[in-house]
Amino acid sequence: MEKNINLTLKIWRQAGPKVKGEFETYKLDNVSTDNSFLEMLDILNEKLVKERKEPIAFDHDCREGICGMCSLFINGHPHGLDGETTTCQLHIRRFHNGQTITIEPWRSAAFPVIKDLMVDRGAFDKIIQAGGYVSVNTGGVPDGNAIPISKVFADEAMDAASCIGCGACAATCKNGSAMLFVAAKVSQLALLPQGKVEAAHRAKAMVAKMDELGFGNCTNTGACEAECPKAISISHIARLNREFLSAKFKD
Amino acid sequence: MAKKQESTAVEATKIDARIPEGVLAEKWSNYKAHQKLVNPSNKRRLDIIVVGTGLAGSSAAASMAELGFNVLNFCIQDSPRRAHSIAAQGGINAAKNYQNDGDSVYRLFYDTIKGGDYRAREANVYRLAEVSNGIIDQCVAQGVPFAREYGGLLDNRSFGGAQVSRTFYAKGQTGQQLLLGAYSALSRQVGKGAVKLFSRYEMLDVVIIDGRARGIIARNLVSGKIERFFAHAVVVGSGGYGNTFFLSTNAMTSNASAAVQMYKKGAYISNPAYCQIHPTCIPVHGETQSKLTLMSESLRNDGRIWVPKLKEDAEAIRAGKKKATDLKEDERDYYLERRYPAFGNLVPRDVASRAAKERCDAGYGVGNTGLAVYLDFSSSIERLGENTIRARYGNLFQMYEKIVDENPYKMPMMIYPAIHYTMGGVWVDYELQTSVKGLFCIGEANFSDHGANRLGASALMQGLADGYFVLPYTIQNYLADQIQVPRLSTDLPEFDQAEKGIRAKIEKIMKIQGDTSVDSIHRELGLIMWDFVGMGRNKAGLETALEKIKAVRHEFWTKVYVPGVSTDLNVELEKALRMADFIEIGELIARDALMREESCGGHFREEYQTPDGEALRNDEEFSFASCWKFNGEGEEPELLKEALDYEFVHRQQRNYKA
Ligand SMILES: Cc1cc2nc3c(=O)[nH]c(=O)nc-3n(C[C@H](O)[C@H](O)[C@H](O)COP(=O)(O)OP(=O)(O)OC[C@H]3O[C@@H](n4cnc5c(N)ncnc54)[C@H](O)[C@@H]3O)c2cc1C
Ligand code: SF4
Ligand code: FES
Repeated sequence: MEKNINLTLKIWRQAGPKVKGEFETYKLDNVSTDNSFLEMLDILNEKLVKERKEPIAFDHDCREGICGMCSLFINGHPHGLDGETTTCQLHIRRFHNGQTITIEPWRSAAFPVIKDLMVDRGAFDKIIQAGGYVSVNTGGVPDGNAIPISKVFADEAMDAASCIGCGACAATCKNGSAMLFVAAKVSQLALLPQGKVEAAHRAKAMVAKMDELGFGNCTNTGACEAECPKAISISHIARLNREFLSAKFKD
Repeated sequence: MAKKQESTAVEATKIDARIPEGVLAEKWSNYKAHQKLVNPSNKRRLDIIVVGTGLAGSSAAASMAELGFNVLNFCIQDSPRRAHSIAAQGGINAAKNYQNDGDSVYRLFYDTIKGGDYRAREANVYRLAEVSNGIIDQCVAQGVPFAREYGGLLDNRSFGGAQVSRTFYAKGQTGQQLLLGAYSALSRQVGKGAVKLFSRYEMLDVVIIDGRARGIIARNLVSGKIERFFAHAVVVGSGGYGNTFFLSTNAMTSNASAAVQMYKKGAYISNPAYCQIHPTCIPVHGETQSKLTLMSESLRNDGRIWVPKLKEDAEAIRAGKKKATDLKEDERDYYLERRYPAFGNLVPRDVASRAAKERCDAGYGVGNTGLAVYLDFSSSIERLGENTIRARYGNLFQMYEKIVDENPYKMPMMIYPAIHYTMGGVWVDYELQTSVKGLFCIGEANFSDHGANRLGASALMQGLADGYFVLPYTIQNYLADQIQVPRLSTDLPEFDQAEKGIRAKIEKIMKIQGDTSVDSIHRELGLIMWDFVGMGRNKAGLETALEKIKAVRHEFWTKVYVPGVSTDLNVELEKALRMADFIEIGELIARDALMREESCGGHFREEYQTPDGEALRNDEEFSFASCWKFNGEGEEPELLKEALDYEFVHRQQRNYKA
């Protein structure tokens, strides 16, 4: 395999939330295939700065697939085509010499563009604020081993809790639904005795907030699960629906 | 317990850490029993600014809001959940002794003091060990899905430098789960209106009125607008300054700026030279690399570290003529097991890092750069099976394979040390208050608890101890006297002045219009730091570093180019502002390292080592925490000292051999 390759990049540029955006094309030569995708964008930005042009704004922070800050539609897929990979973990060795790569921001009514490839995902915080917690204050809680929890449930809760809040699920859903994100949190907490107490109420509050914020309805297309970089399973949506129904039932 | 005062010859310029009287085990209870509290109706009238939403910041903000204070919480990321703490992998310590293997509060305290090479404050460390158990209970109550055993109880693992299993974990994503727990508690308070959240905001200065911290100036990173915020007290939990080295395991926006702002307003910076170099990181691949990735230390539980015994083999491997798996057992040098039979691959980080450097410098390194050693799982896979190893470290192996493009189940991993954590930071007293009244500092940003070297799984413990269980008490001792202070106007001259200073600085940077990008200057600084202020330091090298850093400062202030305007989202400007402060802290690190003529923990001065190459402390002269006091731009800072008197523990040379 070649160590260095040449790329053509079609990148969405948009100066601000209310401005019309458009694609711009950039040529980038001699990129080492050991670089990560974001390092490739760093190189492009460094070049733009040298040419006294505005660099491309994009979100990122940990660069190891855990903070959920990076985003990007890469050739039509959120976080690119590699399974279970965030954009920051994607490497240039996955692309070939001479390839054209299209890079766009999340496209979702609930995630307005801030600038270029950066979007506002504040809606996710608001959904958590509506109920994505266990209502305990600091102090005065029982010993950590007071309530044994089956390893099976603990592990499943852990899988649900692996959601990094990146927004790929909602961005890729044709209905713009945030169901997978909401379900992951509801499911994690419903699986644990500590969170079970408020489970139904939590489900209702979070779904109501999701609707209010302009996310669409879930029609079980499964696109979210396919694109989720953390392989969050749509089985959690089933659990959310159960909790939701039980809340409705109690009403 | 022998109560013997081990005094030192250090003539400390009286820095008072305000440690409560009494025997070690009773200090914290005594403190809590006698401190001042704020009554519930007054709490609502008091505003507290918390900068940072990492483990320290979000746990503090949530807990203080629960108590009834009015909290304003700031972070750089778009959501508090994305703070750098999210990336912590391995685990969190607590003295639960659930494994019945002889752990106790005292043992956790002792291990931490010893691990820190006797350069931490006894009283603080004891308190940390004491509150550690409450953290686990709290997190479980929040729904943190810690790993469990089949019987349903919490599982533990042993972690670098400890002989007991006291580390709690959630797969290889412990930081993520703990932070999401704290974030959920924080979100609950935001929902209730008790915390006002300011994400995508960056603090640019702290405002001092009549000698007390009364607010901050922050930049809205989306609009570029500079805004003023008042509070009765300011708490900073802004994380560590590891990114001074450019390449580190820290997140891209981790920075030193809040610390430098506090320093310039009168807070001391303590022990900046104590930087932790983590032994198990993925080696550097090339010049366009932007950051380094940690491979959790927990891997050392089942992985064995080695290099070839013969130089010829190492050379052949570097040239691509041989593979690791071509070497037979007796052709491998398991150098940690050889040098440290008692601890083997589990020696503390500083020891493991230096040993790797020693082998590579001597010509035994592998990988195409020669700056790598092997971390080999073949014998564990043979003993336990691939599935067990996958269950333990699956996500780490996957991360490794994505970056390096090699299957670590088949080929040993390659690792090399990298900057990871900073033990030094803003000086705080027992109450976590800095030398400026009303200004508190928590988490990695402060200097407390870890001395000269931090043990694995102790940073998460400290961040959450500060935020959940220490600060919410100690800050009340301060605020109890502030209930008469009204909410001050942000039109006061002190706010004006601070904002003016910030505007002038930004304008100055924007006007340079040079030809060098921020990143290229940062890379330059990073190389200087790594080469001269890294794992092996000496007088001549540190003096060279100080000269070179001066040159970098000059280059930055004459040649940097920041495109765009300051009144809009401008990532290059954000980086430039942080860069200016990395230069300041970089200089302080080198200065502190030059001053400290001994080796201890993560600070290794080549002139001061034992005959077999271990760190050689000098307790007579250096048993103190250095406190650097800002003396004005362009002036030499003043060195003050907080003497570290060991009342309860007898100091020894650390020995991990027998
Ligand atoms: C890869 C990795 C793995 C680790 N693994 C472990 C482990 O297994 N166990 C362990 O104990 N420790 C571990 N650590 C160390 C530990 O994660 C950190 O020390 C700890 O999380 C720091 O928490 P904090 O709250 O002090 O700061 P951070 O989490 O760094 O948070 C800093 C916060 O401050 C904000 N901030 C900074 N500057 C400003 C500003 N000027 N204005 C506004 N906001 C600002 C940031 O936005 C952020 O919210 C690891 C570290 C790394 C890098
Ligand atoms: S469910 Fe998956 S895609 Fe959606 S926010 Fe969580 S990690 Fe991202
Ligand atoms: S930058 Fe953190 S997940 Fe990609």
